[in-house]
Amino acid sequence: MLVIPCPYCGPRPELEFRYGGEAHIARPEDPSTLDDEAWGAFLYLRSNPKGLHAERWRHIHGCARYFNVVRDTISDTILASYKVGEAKPDMDALARILAGGPRAAAGEEKSK
Amino acid sequence: MQKFSGFGLIARAFGAHKSWQAQWRDPEPKQSYDAVIVGGGGHGLGAAYYLAKEHGMRNIAVLEKGWIGGGNTGRNTTIIRSNYLFDESAALYDHAVKLWEGLSQDLNYNTMFSQRGVLMLAHNIHDIQSFKRHVHANRANGVDNEWLTPEEVKEFCPAINVGGKDMRYPILGGALQRRGGTARHDAVAWGFARAADALGVDIIQNCEVTAIRRDASGAVEAVETTRGTIKTKKVGVSAAGHTSMVLDMAGVRMPLESYPLQALVSEPVKPAFNCVVMSNTIHAYISQSDKGEMVIGAGTDAYTSYSQRGALHIATHTLDAICELVPMFRRLRMLRMWGGIVDVTPDRSPILGKTPVKGLYVNCGWGTGGFKATPGAGNLLAWTIAKDEPHPINAPFTLERFREGRLIDEAAAAAVAH
Ligand SMILES: Cc1cc2nc3c(=O)[nH]c(=O)nc-3n(C[C@H](O)[C@H](O)[C@H](O)COP(=O)(O)OP(=O)(O)OC[C@H]3O[C@@H](n4cnc5c(N)ncnc54)[C@H](O)[C@@H]3O)c2cc1C
Ligand SMILES: [Zn+2]
Repeated sequence: MLVIPCPYCGPRPELEFRYGGEAHIARPEDPSTLDDEAWGAFLYLRSNPKGLHAERWRHIHGCARYFNVVRDTISDTILASYKVGEAKPDMDALARILAGGPRAAAGEEKSK
Repeated sequence: MQKFSGFGLIARAFGAHKSWQAQWRDPEPKQSYDAVIVGGGGHGLGAAYYLAKEHGMRNIAVLEKGWIGGGNTGRNTTIIRSNYLFDESAALYDHAVKLWEGLSQDLNYNTMFSQRGVLMLAHNIHDIQSFKRHVHANRANGVDNEWLTPEEVKEFCPAINVGGKDMRYPILGGALQRRGGTARHDAVAWGFARAADALGVDIIQNCEVTAIRRDASGAVEAVETTRGTIKTKKVGVSAAGHTSMVLDMAGVRMPLESYPLQALVSEPVKPAFNCVVMSNTIHAYISQSDKGEMVIGAGTDAYTSYSQRGALHIATHTLDAICELVPMFRRLRMLRMWGGIVDVTPDRSPILGKTPVKGLYVNCGWGTGGFKATPGAGNLLAWTIAKDEPHPINAPFTLERFREGRLIDEAAAAAVAH
């Protein structure tokens, strides 16, 4: 089970949350101007990366708010959590932290 | 290929079984093939077999990054059924069940296909209405499915507790597909591999496809692998949870997300459970393997992941349900649990057809329920690759449906799992 850091309430067990799918997929401003290709892409295409994934979670049994998380889909390590409306973190920087190993990812200094 | 038979088994016993040959070769990859299949699961191996057998293409290879059958084929709970709601789905899955019925003979390999019946339990009014609708729709499509009262459920599967008013999820009936059942997962991969190899197909393991090369016109011309470049004009991708990554190598984005799905088995016990029982509502799936283990399927995790392991609370939830359904299993000890990565589409129906890239074909999106389709999917992927157009059975399942809004929404129909 994941321990998910809610930006409002702090770290809580996954059971308190509902997954909300990939983050940062903005609904097109004016859907009727889109062709079928673009509308289908908005509805159905997802990046599904093997690696860092920005995703939405909702703290349904807590503050009930939506927020975003960056998680590594290979190790399930959570690298960042941030409020809706805040910019997506620098994914390359997070990838470097992840490459430094689980301790670096957990915010500890890399001993070298 | 050495033919398997009861007589051969007895005859070789006199030689202490030392005269058996390897069941397939371990060839080096050639520089080029007429077609290459990416992914050595049951679907990919099946496609190679049918390409060779029904379409006369012998110069083909199956490239598998690990070992054959090591993906979801070797990780699933082996439930086979075809009682899906929509006409397109019934045709697709029943095509597979019909092939299953003759598969052991066709492959000369015992796939241990056992039509012991798949019973889906109804726990509330919605289940009853939905299952009865399925029963009628299936019958109209020539697919067997029948409604059982709680008493008939008990008679068909005595181990189930249908009684108690105090049950959290009472059993109000069930839908039974008698032609449904299970098969031995490894045997399916091995049987297809052996039969394909005998027809000249190269099965190349430890060979990961890392790039798809395209010519000036955009058509496929080669794949790069961890064992070198292989030229080919036709590539069929059947990589389950990794399909979106492989298609990304050719610049094709897919409506797929990959989730961990887990299963577990108990210690082996004497024959105690005579059929397959599924309950979508309380999320439990169970059957007994020929080894005697209770094979139990749990749910997917909530989030996408490639970790190949699910969370413990998902499995616990399933066991809670099973303990209520079949009280005698409370004393069973669980032996092993594991996960697979399943590729899920927005409508929970598979994608089987051509792609926007010439020479690139895809079979994916089988999600939590594609083992049952193994021979059918292989057969239809082979057709699609050989003829460069989908077979009428898989024509509704091509990628275009997501652009055209022509979904085949089995998810809404039944919240189907396996
Ligand atoms: C726990 C669990 C329970 C399930 N229960 C059922 C059930 O009861 N009934 C049912 O019908 N279905 C069930 N399923 C679903 C079923 O297992 C799958 O739909 C089916 O096995 C898919 O077969 P496949 O051959 O397409 O995939 P796989 O067997 O996964 O084969 C894909 C192969 O592609 C290889 N590959 C990936 N990327 C590359 C690459 N770049 N290069 C080379 N090779 C690559 C992988 O290593 C893998 O071996 C279950 C799945 C799981 C995980
Ligand atoms: Zn919160």
